[in-house]
Amino acid sequence: MSISPPSPLDSPDAVPASWTHRHLLDLERLTPEEIRLLLDTAARFKEATHGCRRKLSVLGGRTICNLFFENSTRTKTSFSLAARRLGADVVDFSASGSSLSKGESFIDTAKNLEAMGIDAVVVRHTTPGTPHLLAQHLNVGIINAGDGPHEHPTQGLLDIFSIRERLGDLAGVTVGLVGDIAHSRTARSNIHGLLKLGARVIVCGPPTLVSPRWRELGVEVSHDLDAIVPVCDVLNLLRIQFERQNTRPFPSVREYAHLYAMTAERMERARPGLLILAPGPINRGVEVTAEVADCPQSLILDQVANGLAVRMAVLWLVCGPRGDASTMTNGGDGRGI
Amino acid sequence: MATLLIRGGRVIDPAQDIDRIADLRIVDGRIAGIGPGETGAGRADETIDAAGMIVTPGLIDMHVHLREPGREEDETIASGTRAALAGGFTSVACIPNTEPPIDTQAAVEFIHQKAARADTCNVFVVACVSRNREGKELAEIGQLVEAGAVAFSDDGAPVSDAELMRRALEYCSMFGKTILAHEEVLELSRGGVMNEGLVSLLLGLGGMPAAAEEVMIGRDTALAESTGGRLHVMHVSTAGGVALVRAAKARGVRVTAEACPHHFTLTDESLRTFDANCKMSPPLRTAADVEAIIAGIADGTIDCIATDHAPHAREKKMLELDRAPFGILGLETAIGLSVMRLIVPGHLGWPRLVEAMSTLPARILGLDRGTLRTGSPADVTIIDPDRTWKVDVKSFRSKSINSPFDGWTLRGRAVATIVGGRVKYRLAGM
Repeated sequence: MSISPPSPLDSPDAVPASWTHRHLLDLERLTPEEIRLLLDTAARFKEATHGCRRKLSVLGGRTICNLFFENSTRTKTSFSLAARRLGADVVDFSASGSSLSKGESFIDTAKNLEAMGIDAVVVRHTTPGTPHLLAQHLNVGIINAGDGPHEHPTQGLLDIFSIRERLGDLAGVTVGLVGDIAHSRTARSNIHGLLKLGARVIVCGPPTLVSPRWRELGVEVSHDLDAIVPVCDVLNLLRIQFERQNTRPFPSVREYAHLYAMTAERMERARPGLLILAPGPINRGVEVTAEVADCPQSLILDQVANGLAVRMAVLWLVCGPRGDASTMTNGGDGRGI
Repeated sequence: MATLLIRGGRVIDPAQDIDRIADLRIVDGRIAGIGPGETGAGRADETIDAAGMIVTPGLIDMHVHLREPGREEDETIASGTRAALAGGFTSVACIPNTEPPIDTQAAVEFIHQKAARADTCNVFVVACVSRNREGKELAEIGQLVEAGAVAFSDDGAPVSDAELMRRALEYCSMFGKTILAHEEVLELSRGGVMNEGLVSLLLGLGGMPAAAEEVMIGRDTALAESTGGRLHVMHVSTAGGVALVRAAKARGVRVTAEACPHHFTLTDESLRTFDANCKMSPPLRTAADVEAIIAGIADGTIDCIATDHAPHAREKKMLELDRAPFGILGLETAIGLSVMRLIVPGHLGWPRLVEAMSTLPARILGLDRGTLRTGSPADVTIIDPDRTWKVDVKSFRSKSINSPFDGWTLRGRAVATIVGGRVKYRLAGM
């Protein structure tokens, strides 16, 4: 499959025909070419908006709905801002205060939004697969903004975007994902995206949070942070998801931090130029100390800015005007959905 | 004298070691004899031509949730037994996780009355092991036996107190009754919605490890061994579970086991669609588990096939996976799936399938059925083994449609279901 170079701004009236998806549900089902298209599109948006500060009108007249069944500050704000930067209208719908508390199913709720003429729904939910379920029941574009511990595709894309911005091609780059892999949607989206782009991926944490089964995907598994720090080009420090754990996977935060927190001392044994990512919100002192979070190699704030560019690209590809409507069917996501 | 003659079918009755082309004669609701092929005809009030068909003792599903009383929006005794007839079952054993649970004589009587009023298939009552299925004290098992309960189970609320389970096995042995056990250590599967494995890891869904089933089978077979009580392991879903049952049988433990069609048909890969119809407990496992279950059925480690028919109204399944209830329909697809998965690939011959779906369930529950012996109640199922048909949940007799097999093409279907000598179901065109 050949992918034509993305040119959202040269021809702002058409999404490239090589983008065949109706939705963005996860990175697992995207091809490497499609991921590159997303990243390239994001780069162009970042450039055209002078680092996402200028406003465009390529989604003028479109309405995006943020349908958040789980608390979020930064992701929701980032999607809202990205939509407005593209000229779209944004409505927010949060689960508290809705009919959900009156027993209405979330599909009924979403169908109501569809009837109001929404063009795309950005959905976050505590349950894996909820965006996929919506995609089966609604006739609008669905963007997954995090479905439980399953995937968070825009977070994965913005992490990869941030790495690519510094290091170029991902092929051969070694990325360590450290922490609560078991409960992390960010980890899953990163793993799929990074592997597809040819990176070497190491997951690291205690066996209660890092399953040996990841090896079946071609991911390396380590339980020793000190062993992997010297071989990594990038470390992505994932938050401990206390709220998603049935039983505590380690004896104490103190012991966890001792074994797995990224400290200045551990930084000394790293390759020069090691990049530090953290998807936030971070627990300073648990996954990473303040001095590492704020060091020059930390991309934590780049990630936030790049999140805007990535979400502009996603929104535009999902609900931008189509050059050739005949290539678009709901079957764009027919593979497995 | 009402006479029904079923002519020229392949009559299979494993209890008598019969498998031959013959006529089956029914007089006044009882089996009157198996005739010698073409010549056994004689005069009859009604004749069914069964050439090319398989004629078996009526199928018995020993694991069915009829939902009544309490959850009539999902299923009723009338609708569930109509589904049973359409699936070729002449008898079902209903599981007591109703609201209220079947733990009193009055509750057993209620089921019997509703079943009599429905006038469909035979309904046998499985009553609670513990009062209110709370796992704290034994239900009045003796009284329940007198009321007609055929076995005891707390099903989805497995007896977690090992001492109570030991007492239950001991106590039931006095009545010759079996405990049907849903084997699950709840602490190990808490928060789980699917099998714990690579697929659950990728999907980020809570896992129910195979060990949750195997630890409990280990415990209960040890208790059955030490008490001499009769244990029946419901819906074995893991390779380890099959091995534990096999080992217990080899030691002479009085243990039997069942497997469900979905567990030998689907794997946890089905959850990739996030379809709540693929959510049941125990969950769909891996290809290796499916293989072990099929081998277990073939070598008799797993005695019988039961469906765990578990209806849920459509709106309950149209929820997020973790909120949707566990359960899958089974009655109307059991024959088709068993033929497709077990007979067609050559894992089983028909006599073994009939044994697994009729002879042995009758034996485990202590019923005077599951055979075509002269004088037995005339429960008979006629199956077209070669008929291919498309599953359409909209045509189901069940009140619910929670089947992931909608749209599947299956092979093998009941064409007539005869209960007590009366034709209660006939496939259109038969």
